Parts: sequence; structure tokens; C-alpha cells
Amino acid sequence: MKKSLGAVAVAAAVALSLSACSGSSSEEAAKGEISYWLWDANQLPAYQQCAEDFTKANPDITVKITQRGWDDYWSTLTNGFVGGTAPDVFTNHLGRYGELAENKQLLPIDDAVEKDNVDLAGYNEGLADLWVGQDGKRYGLPKDWDTIGLFYNKAMLAGAGITEDQMKDLTWNPQDGGSYEKVIAHLTVDKSGKRGDEPGFDKNNVEVYGLGLNGGGDSSGQTEWSYLTNTTGWSHTDKNPWGTQYNYDDPKFQASMDWFAGLADKGYMPKLETTVGAAMADTFAAGKSAINAHGSWMIGQYTGYKGIEVGIAPTPVGPEGERASMFNGLADSIWAGTEKKDAAIKWVEYLASAGCQDVVASKAVVFPALKTSSDKAAEAFKAKGVDVTAFTEHVKNKTTFLYPITDNTAKVKGIMEPAMDAVVSGKAPASSLTQANEQVNALFK
Amino acid sequence: MTTLAKHSRSASPASASSPKPQGSHRRFGDLKIALLFIAPAMIGFIVFYVVPTIRGLYLSFTEYSILGEPEWIGLDNYTAIAKDPLFWNSLAVTGQYVFINIIVQTALALGLALLMHKVAKSTLIRGALLLPWMMSNVIAALLWFWMLDYQIGVVNQFIEWAGLPRVAFFGSEEWAIPTQALINTWRHMGYTALLIFAGMQAIPGHLYEVAKLDGASPFQTFRKITIPLLRPVLVLVLVVTVIGSFQVFDTVSVTTGGGPVNATRVIQYYIYQRAFTESDFGYGSAIAVILFLILALVAFIQMKFLKGNESDLD
Repeated sequence: MKKSLGAVAVAAAVALSLSACSGSSSEEAAKGEISYWLWDANQLPAYQQCAEDFTKANPDITVKITQRGWDDYWSTLTNGFVGGTAPDVFTNHLGRYGELAENKQLLPIDDAVEKDNVDLAGYNEGLADLWVGQDGKRYGLPKDWDTIGLFYNKAMLAGAGITEDQMKDLTWNPQDGGSYEKVIAHLTVDKSGKRGDEPGFDKNNVEVYGLGLNGGGDSSGQTEWSYLTNTTGWSHTDKNPWGTQYNYDDPKFQASMDWFAGLADKGYMPKLETTVGAAMADTFAAGKSAINAHGSWMIGQYTGYKGIEVGIAPTPVGPEGERASMFNGLADSIWAGTEKKDAAIKWVEYLASAGCQDVVASKAVVFPALKTSSDKAAEAFKAKGVDVTAFTEHVKNKTTFLYPITDNTAKVKGIMEPAMDAVVSGKAPASSLTQANEQVNALFK
Repeated sequence: MTTLAKHSRSASPASASSPKPQGSHRRFGDLKIALLFIAPAMIGFIVFYVVPTIRGLYLSFTEYSILGEPEWIGLDNYTAIAKDPLFWNSLAVTGQYVFINIIVQTALALGLALLMHKVAKSTLIRGALLLPWMMSNVIAALLWFWMLDYQIGVVNQFIEWAGLPRVAFFGSEEWAIPTQALINTWRHMGYTALLIFAGMQAIPGHLYEVAKLDGASPFQTFRKITIPLLRPVLVLVLVVTVIGSFQVFDTVSVTTGGGPVNATRVIQYYIYQRAFTESDFGYGSAIAVILFLILALVAFIQMKFLKGNESDLD
């Protein structure tokens, strides 16, 4: 047994060296089965379709798609990098790729992008540049993007006498909350039917909250508070991408956070402790909140609830006269350890092309990265009866800011999560974030 | 677990019929056969316990992000841990968890064991007590997570009907640890009761008859006969449950994930967070080594001072 195995190994080695000489190894890397991972189950059917179309055009290559929930996704991926079983191609996140690139787990694709003339200008502005690492190399091609909007319960609005046009012109500031707070207060109703802005409102027995709460928001506050804090001219880091200094100690930011935490204290927003468990969208569906600030990737879920009419308004205009929304984008990256390099590049380029992104657009689940496909997605949403201008407007009017891309993102989150929880739950004032900020910035020294 | 099973078995009446020790000339005669039988367990023990423990010990002196190579940094991790408020917090939180879990669980298990011993002789009822233990930890945690949910949980619905304010069982800092300690109490007490029950069966019946003749009350019998004779089993149960309790992880992981703020950031969860979430395997390993030392010390103290290796029956 041992002997025969050895013989096989020798034969294989000879074959390998021969093939290396004859240069046929690149052919080996350009066909066969490649593996592809993603985390969003809602998008699986669209990509399954892309994989079939891709194999039709490239009969040598098949794509095996694996979907894993967000929580398992990253730990399984890390194990795969170490154990050598990582997928050839996988969906990558801005909050993670810096670390992966630094640890040489990602394949730079500059040469291929140049050789195959991928039109980087075809993507929505800024999306392609996000995937150029600190070393100046490109580590992915953009697949989709998301922004933040306000989902509201139409019946509750009508009951409160608030028009949908009013929702489109909301203003906000950290001092008195502007018309945004007025609307939230008016939509809040206590158990005896008194509204949040009426005398005798009982903040300890609230039936419907004006604004839903997802959580403390940890380091990014993507859907929780960044659409407010970043209208004041504040930004998470000194520069983005690849900032080396976080700004949670800025008084402007802390004033915004104090206002935000104050909503719960006033009874207009659920207390943080009551949000552990059931998802914010589900409590909205159960009629416990009138407005939920959430990401565009949730459109399908919010509009899918039976018996609830949902509208979507843009986030409020801030003190500097502009709206703001975090702009996050995903991309497909190639694992540095892949044995099917050429096939993987082909697949990534296909995923980033109109061929696949139009398929994704037609399913009306997310906004693809290509401008033309984004428009098609908006139309597909429209055909379903959903007006998504609240999300696309941000991109059109350039009122977006990027997800903070830095090193040490996992550690920053580890520090900021409890710190933000303490502030949002009212256990600590926002000034306590100064100390957390010192801890965060010490990571970059 | 193996030691426990072995112990309760040797404490059972069946041990009276165990074969007498063989003569010394045959002491090594069965060695080969014995090794053969030990080998499967031994290999597993070495591969899955000894090697990882030694590697963990080594890693605790390094800086290691799993994707690079470990880099030797001596005692740096340990000095950083000594100054890490989250580490001390995790010790306090874990301590609170163990305290609630062990006290309630042991008391209830003792009561259940007494009931099994004296009242509930039906196998069906005895078996039913074990049901929660047969559920996986994650399922049990998720089940209670939903039942105790603030907004849509059935328990809070009952609380509201009773005219009381809803309770954020997992969301409030005061409740989060007691809630989880009691969930795991619910899951483990049947099993713990079974172990104690086995110990009770090993107490010779004639002692109770004598006590009855002497006119001892049930409480006196329990205090003067059952408890002292049960001591070795109780100590073992305590050692095993305390160690298990210190290692609480899955319940926290699937429910609160360390929050709210740091209220449930138990030591095992903190190790996981540092190592697997923040890719700081050296630091995580160092905390794991400290936990190992703590557990060894706790087990030693329990065995030493509760005289767990001596029986009053001899």
C-alpha cells in the first residue's frame, strides 16, 4: 500500500513538473469546479441563475455556491484560510477585507482587470475604488451597494395626521431634534391613547414607539445613528478609507448621541434592553414602532409583511443642510490560495458584469453596483409597487459617506460595542465615549 | 465525565461482587490487552486534549493572528491581562453565574434525588426528569430566548396578564446572568439529580431501618445519615458541575453575545471574542491558561476540604 502510494506520488510529481514545463498549468487553473460563498439567503436564487448562465458561456467551468449565515460566514472562512479549504471566490465586506488583504489571503486582480478591460467607470461612483487596498492593489470587483432610509407604517402616519410629503422634508439637529423628533413624538402613543407630544403622556407604558431601535450600533452605527451624526459634518475617522484615527471623542458626535439616547428616555424609542431578541423589523410588523431606520437590503422584508402598508422616506436633512447615509458596498474577492486562479478571475469578472448584475437587478432584492443595473433594479422594485427613491436619491445627490474602512475593525468593534450600548441604554453619558476612543486609537499606535 | 460514571458505578451495590485483586505475578500479564483497550480513549485524549493544551500554553506566550506565524512575546499577554478591566469583569460575571447556577442546581437536584429515592419510583417519571438534559444547550437556550423575549415572549405575556411590568430577561444588565444561570439549572438539574440518586442507592438500607427504630425524624435521618454518606458523590458532582459551570459559553453565544454592555461577557465568551472574532489567539490562549489554573485550583480545594476521595462507609 505504502509503496504504491509512493509510486503514485512520484508519478504525480513527474506529471506536475512536465506540465509545468509545457505550460499547461494555466489550462488546469481555468477549468473545473470553483466554489463560491455568500451570506445573504435572499440573493441566493439570483446568483444561482448567474452561475448557470456562466457555465453555459464557459462549459469548462462549473460554480458550486454555498450560502452561510452572517455569523458563521466569517469564522468558517477564517478556518478555511488556515486549513486550506477556503472557497475560490467569496463575497467580501468592507469591514473585513483590510485585514484579509494585509494577511495576504486575497489575490490582487489588477492585471486581469487591465487585461480584460473591465470598465471601472461603469460602477456607481466610488464603489470600485473602495476595493483598492493600502498597498494600492485591487482586491475585488464591486457587486452591490446599500444606503439607509426610513421605513414607515402608512396607517399610523395617517392616524396621526402626518402626510407622506411631510416625511420627505424632515429636518434634524442634535439640539431639539428638529421636525424629525416632532414627528417621532407625535407617532408615539401610550397605552391610554395619549400621543408623545400631548400632556399626560405616560412614557413608561408605551404602546407604539415613534422610532424603532435595532441596537447600540457599535462602531459604525450603520442603520442606528450614522444617518444623523454624519449630517453634522462629523465623520468616523480622520480619513476614509484607511484612517488611523477615530473621532468618537468629538463633542459634535457626542451631542448627537446624547440626543439619540434621550429618545429612549423620553419614551419615543424602545429602551435598548427591550430590543435583545426579536428583530427590529419583526416588531415593526407587530405594530410596535411607526418608523424604522434601516438599510436598503431590508426592502424585501419590510414590504413583504402581510397586512401592513409600508412607505419609505429619505433620512432627514441635518444642520449643514444635507442628508447623509452610509454607503456600503460588497465585492467578490478571490482567495490567494485558489488553485483555479484563471477560472476564479473569469467568474469574478462575470459577477461584476452587466450579464449577472442585470439578473440580480431583476430579482429586486438589492441594488447592483453597475449604474445601468442599479436603474434596472429600481425599475424592478417599482414593478413590485415599491418606491425606492429614498435610497437611490442619496447616491444621485452624492449625500453618501463610506463605511469606515480601517485596520483593526474587529477590535474597534469589540471596544465600541459595549461603550455604545452603555450610552444608548442611558447608563453612561456620551462623554464616556472619549475614553473608549482613546482605547480605539491606541490600537493604531 | 468518565471518572464520574466510574465513581458512581463503584459506589453502587454492584461493587460488592467485583472480583478480588489478582496475585502480583499476574500484575503485568494483562498489560498488552489492557493497553489495547485503553488505546482508543488514550489516543483521543492525547490528540484532542494533551496536544491542544500544550499548544495553547505555547501560544499564550506569543502574538498570533492565525493567518500569520506565532511570534514569541514572553509574558506580555499575561501582563496585559492583569491590566485588562474586561478580563476582571469576565471573572466577576462568571463567578456570579457559577454561584447562582451551582447553589440552585445542587439544592434542586438534591430535592429531586430524594423524591426519586423515596416517592417517584416510576421509571417514566424518573426518565422525564432527564428530558431537559437531552436537549442540546443551544436549543434550550434559544427556546428560552424566545419564551422570555421582552416583546413577543409568552412568559412576559403571562407576567403582563398578572398585572406586573414586563421583564427584559436577557436585555437588562441585572437579569441577564441570573436568567442564563437558571436556564442551565433547568437543563442540568435532572442529570445532577440522577447522579445524586445513584449515590443514595448506595447507602445501605439497614442504616435507615436502625434510624427509624431509634425514632429519628425524617429530617434528622437526612442530615445525619443521607448527607454524610452521600458526601463523596456530592463532592464529585460539585467538582464536575462547578467546572462545567465555569465553562458556560453556548448559552451566552446564542443569546446575549456578551451584552448588554459587558453584563454577560463570561470568561469563555471573552476568550472566544479575543481569539476568533478579533484574531488575537495569543491573548485568548493566555486567558484560557489562566482559566485552566483557576479550575484546577477550584477542583483541588473542593477535593481537599470536602474529603471527596474518602467514604464514611468503609
